[in-house]
Amino acid sequence: MLVGAVFLACTVEMVEALTIVLAVGHTRGWRSALEGVGAALIALAALVAGFGPALVHVPLNWLRLVVGGVLLIFGMQWLRKAILRSCGLKAKHDEDEIYRRKVAELKAEDAAIGRDRVAFVVAFKGVFLEGLEVVIIVLTLGTSAHRLSLAIVVAAIAVVIVSTAGVVVARQLSRVPENAMKTSVGVLLVTYGTFWTGEGLKVTWPGNDVMLFVFVVLYAVVTWLLIQLMRRVHPNVNTVAP
Amino acid sequence: MEKKPSLPVRVLKGFAMFWWDFLVGDTPELFVAVVFTIGVVALLSLDGHFNVAAAIALPALAVVALALSLWRASRAARK
Repeated sequence: MLVGAVFLACTVEMVEALTIVLAVGHTRGWRSALEGVGAALIALAALVAGFGPALVHVPLNWLRLVVGGVLLIFGMQWLRKAILRSCGLKAKHDEDEIYRRKVAELKAEDAAIGRDRVAFVVAFKGVFLEGLEVVIIVLTLGTSAHRLSLAIVVAAIAVVIVSTAGVVVARQLSRVPENAMKTSVGVLLVTYGTFWTGEGLKVTWPGNDVMLFVFVVLYAVVTWLLIQLMRRVHPNVNTVAP
Repeated sequence: MEKKPSLPVRVLKGFAMFWWDFLVGDTPELFVAVVFTIGVVALLSLDGHFNVAAAIALPALAVVALALSLWRASRAARK
C-alpha cells in the first residue's frame, strides 16, 4: 500500500511538472529547460538527504502524530478537489490546455540569446514545486513506516517512468486519468493519516495493520457516496475554472 | 525606496508561506477540523479507558470534516 501511495502521488505530480517542462522545451529551447530541471532535482535531493535522516531521530509517537495530521489535511484536500472535479464543480486538470496556455505565455516573452533565464526559472519552479509535494509524501510515508529507502526508490521509478512516457507521448498527457489517480492517492493519504494519527495518540487499532485496508474501503465508499450526493445537489452544473 | 528584506528573512518568509498554503490554503476548515479531531481523540485515548470510542471517532470525524468542506464548496458554487 505504501508503494502504491508513493507511486501514484509521484506520477500525478510528475505529469504536471512534465507538462510545464515540455512547454518550456518546445518554445524556448531544451538546454535551459533541462538545466532548470536538473537544478530542481538537485535541490529536491538535497531536501530529502537533509531532512530524511533527521526525521528518523524524532520520537516515533510524535512523528506519527505530526505526519498523520499532515497526511489527513493533505489527503482530504486531494479528495475534496477530486470529488469537486468529478461532479463538475471544479474544472478537471486539462494538461493539453495547461500546455497551450504555458506555450502562449512563454512565446509572449522576449526570446533570449544564449542561456535563457525565463526557460530556466519556469522549468525549475515547475519541477521544484510539484516535486516538493512528492518529497513531503515520500518523507512522511517513508519515515513513519520505517521504509524511507523503499519510498525513495519507488518515487525514483515513478519519475523515470513518467519522464520516459513523456518523451514518447510528448503532448498527450491529458490521456492520463489524473482525477481517478488523484482520488486514489487521496484515499490512501487519508487512510495513512487516520492510522498514524491514531498510533501517535496511542489508539490501539483492532487488528492492527488490517485497519489500513478497512480504512481504504471506508474512505473509498464515502468518496463514492459524496460524489453521488454532490451530483444530485448540482445536476446541471456548469464547470467552473480551475 | 523601500528596503528589500535580507535573504534569511525572505527564505524564512517563503518557508512559512509554503506551509501556510500547504496546510491551510483555501480550505481552512479542514485544518481546523483536523486540529479539533486530534484534540478529541487525544482526550479519549490518552486516558486509556475510551480506546474504542477514540478508534471510532477518528475516522468518523475525518468523514464529517470532508463532508462539511464539500458542503461549504457547494454553497459557494450556488452563490
